[in-house]
Amino acid sequence: MVLKEVRFHGRGGQGAVTSSQVLAVAAFHDGKFTQAFPNFGVERTGAPIESYTRIDDGPIDVRQHVYNPDYVIILDPSLMADLDMTKGLEKGGLVIVNSNKTPKELGLGKFNTKCIDITKVALDVIGKPFVNIAALGAFASLSGEVSLKALDKAIDERFAAKGKIAALNKEACKVVFNKCEEVK
Amino acid sequence: MKLVIEASEAVALGAKLSRVKVCPMYPITPSTHIPERISDYIFDGEMDAEMIHVESEHSAASAMIGSILTGSRSFTATSSNGFELMYEILPILSGMRLPAVMAIANRAVAAPINIWNDHSDSMSARDQGWIQLYVESSQECVDTIIQCYKIAEDKKVLLPAMMCLDGFTLTHVFENVDLPAQKKVDSFLPSFKIEDKLDVKNPKTFGPIGFPDSFMELKKQQQDSMLNALEVIEKANKDYAKEFGRSYGDGLVELFEMADAEYAILALGTICGTAKAKARDLRSRGKKVGVIKLRCFRPFPVESLRKAAKSLKGLAVLDRHISLGAEGPVFTEINSTLPKIKVFGYIAGLGGRDVTLDHIEGVFKDLEKGKQSREWLL
Repeated sequence: MVLKEVRFHGRGGQGAVTSSQVLAVAAFHDGKFTQAFPNFGVERTGAPIESYTRIDDGPIDVRQHVYNPDYVIILDPSLMADLDMTKGLEKGGLVIVNSNKTPKELGLGKFNTKCIDITKVALDVIGKPFVNIAALGAFASLSGEVSLKALDKAIDERFAAKGKIAALNKEACKVVFNKCEEVK
Repeated sequence: MKLVIEASEAVALGAKLSRVKVCPMYPITPSTHIPERISDYIFDGEMDAEMIHVESEHSAASAMIGSILTGSRSFTATSSNGFELMYEILPILSGMRLPAVMAIANRAVAAPINIWNDHSDSMSARDQGWIQLYVESSQECVDTIIQCYKIAEDKKVLLPAMMCLDGFTLTHVFENVDLPAQKKVDSFLPSFKIEDKLDVKNPKTFGPIGFPDSFMELKKQQQDSMLNALEVIEKANKDYAKEFGRSYGDGLVELFEMADAEYAILALGTICGTAKAKARDLRSRGKKVGVIKLRCFRPFPVESLRKAAKSLKGLAVLDRHISLGAEGPVFTEINSTLPKIKVFGYIAGLGGRDVTLDHIEGVFKDLEKGKQSREWLL
């Protein structure tokens, strides 16, 4: 395996940083080496946030930001009006968008883009629009870079002290995973 | 135990594994997660220590004077202007020969206000009598905090030590760490004993005046101890490797692909990781390039550096700080250490500016051409 780089786009408070960290822990449970880190600007709720995860078979030395991601995960497509979220995307790279629209409607027709209505799943399963962990189900299915089992373990660890939150997020993650398996 | 944790947590776990007893803390970004984690450990009963919620960084450093003098292993963490507020106390801790250990989450010093990484905080304190070790990874954080106590408390040294880690670029990174077992750390690092301590039954004065007839002798003792620290740091690195299977070069400098290198980059902290990745890439294209990681900046490891650089055709130093009106401080010292080698100095990564693979490639190109194209990696 060569180094794989994932870039998350979200809004402050939406949990993009947590997504990148939970993904790193999951990749670790799959036996990988990982790095997860945020690109902190001024930390305000609602402000655009970028966060990154690197995954490799061996130790990772590089410390620069992620400029040429293999995967882009967009938790909130309303940010696309102001930001070029496919910037630097590796050729053939995959874009995963939380949206009920089509890639073409979002102007992402020329990229390998998959749209999944993660917000709907989150509202159905969790009862709140918490999409950051559920989105990892889409990533697991569409990229194959991490297993659902490892994600479950990472989610359990992350939310161990938060009662039902772990179970609900695992369920949302699984529902999104299965939806993606159908459309793959 | 293997796990994925944030570097700040690795620092906090290093303090916990070292069985630190007193932590006077005043949080400042980006060091804040360190006291937060230590606070968790104490609250959860996993760490038997006192957290003192002091009213400023000046007090955090001052409290360590008292706590160490009672024989308690002590720890604090800070960044940037918070670190600068400790400044008055830094040479008092070192002059009183108190083996404090502090983590600096390196952050640019204001103004303008900037929360991101460079080395302007710790570099400006290079003359305050503290050992300075710069680390590259979360693994090195936990290993180095433990080693810092071993080094600082050695009778041949008895000086405070700061471990410098890049703010955000390292403090906020989650990555793989192999956590040492407590039992093994206990055998590597015995409990702290101070010979002369604060004792109400036997009152003494500590840190009194040093008159002109003794001051220079005391300073020379500090210098001798600093130089002793070179071999103590090497030994700590070697002994740690025996116990835990990990080492960082000779403890002073870490060499990457230097055996037959013609050109090399020398840097501190996380820049070294990116430089290694680029050197590996250039090696695959037949270039003989390497990286020298300066892990120990104080004391300055002259012999290790001369040995590392002896067959180089050119060396580039990347400073994450500038001594305004002069040049990068690491460059200045390397230049005077290696008079026979052509050394280029670059200012890089100030105030959180990313140091990229492209920057590194450009520097290697300069070295190969024998001509420095620019001094600032903007």
